[in-house]
Amino acid sequence: MIKINVDMNKCQHYGQCVFEAPKIFKLNEDDKLEYVATADDSELGNIEAAIDVCPMQAIFIVD
Amino acid sequence: MSEGVVVVGASMGGLRLAESLRRFGYTGPVRIFGNEGHPPYNRPPLSKDLLSAAEIDFAEVAFPQRSATADVEWNLSAAAVAADLSNQNITISGGEQVSFEHLVIATGLRSKRLGFESFPSDRHALRSFEDAKALRSKLGVGRKIVIVGSGFIACEVAATATKLGCEVHIVSPSKSPMDRALGEKLSAVVKLRLEAQGITFHMQATVIELIGSNRLEAVALSDGSTVRCDTLVEAIGSEANCEWLAGNDLDITDGLLCDGSLRAVRASGGSWPNVFGVGDVARFPNPIFDATPRRIEHWNIPTESAKFVGQQIAASYNSIEATVEVFRPLPSFWSDQFDMHIFGLGMSYLADESKLVHGDISGDCVFEFTREGVLVGVVGIGHRSVVQNYRSALER
Repeated sequence: MIKINVDMNKCQHYGQCVFEAPKIFKLNEDDKLEYVATADDSELGNIEAAIDVCPMQAIFIVD
Repeated sequence: MSEGVVVVGASMGGLRLAESLRRFGYTGPVRIFGNEGHPPYNRPPLSKDLLSAAEIDFAEVAFPQRSATADVEWNLSAAAVAADLSNQNITISGGEQVSFEHLVIATGLRSKRLGFESFPSDRHALRSFEDAKALRSKLGVGRKIVIVGSGFIACEVAATATKLGCEVHIVSPSKSPMDRALGEKLSAVVKLRLEAQGITFHMQATVIELIGSNRLEAVALSDGSTVRCDTLVEAIGSEANCEWLAGNDLDITDGLLCDGSLRAVRASGGSWPNVFGVGDVARFPNPIFDATPRRIEHWNIPTESAKFVGQQIAASYNSIEATVEVFRPLPSFWSDQFDMHIFGLGMSYLADESKLVHGDISGDCVFEFTREGVLVGVVGIGHRSVVQNYRSALER
């Protein structure tokens, strides 16, 4: 399993990650980011892509 | 042959290129050369969070590096000074020659500067981590800052400096701030919102003279006025670092001209099969919009172009075809200034018309941008979900 952490002090809720890993990230009705904190290993590529496109570099995989 | 892939440019584009090569199965050598002394770091915070931090810490902006690229060779403080594409080598400052099978050019941009020579320690630009450190030391309560230019960097620095207690003046030849990306109507209201925060604008004006004895004390403007200041920030745009490529049958008049697969175009016809442009330095056609090659100075372009080129190169080593043959990225940009979260997709600056489609223009709102009736961009203040929902319509 992959553990994901988003630094919500850095996150500006741009939602770029939503398009790279839609199973993990979404913008809610208030335009705020929501995410699931654990994911199957098969999501690794999508999560790494989401990390790359985050303008604030707020997404981390927790070891 | 063991020379493998050589990348010139050790910033975000170089890092993402190395990651992409490994992801798509290239296992040979990757050597990266960069003129800065720092490993790759994220530049957007330089005008925002980092610039307002009490202590400027490089770790805050350094990109994490993945295990897949642990064997990549990084050569920092090592600028490329010349290239000989026919003989497949480049020359590094100091004279060392480096051979390549594939060359990736990701040398990015440098800040344009005004032509002044006096008061060098009171004049700043903002592109690198070192630039941010130097500028940070000039910001604080009671400091008087004149910013020349009114694009995103200029306005972000203005917002950050204002929040730190500086008195901030913006001087720009444009009609209103960020008008190229925001369009006339939206930029006019954004100007009002920035003025309400305390920023003074001197639009359709330029700085014609620096005034002071030992230190900068004021600037004289083309409209006849004089503005007192102790620091001048030159945020007048960027130019591409591609002079080192001269003499190689390339078009480097405004960045490196590339074809639709990001291969460097030969001035005499055709393209170099093993030489690619990545990031801000690349001028390429984008079939989402039209056939005109353009440089795109948006943060998502280095990452997207590096992924694309990495896949092309890896495929050539593995004798397979890359899944995507033409690069067609959707540009995206954002900017945070005070309570405004600006977010755009596409190329609003190509538009001949814009219209309000969501919200209230005096507050958070979304504008559509069209060219000859075709949607080319969308820009919002706030309402990020509304903007994001345009993605598929823009990607067509």
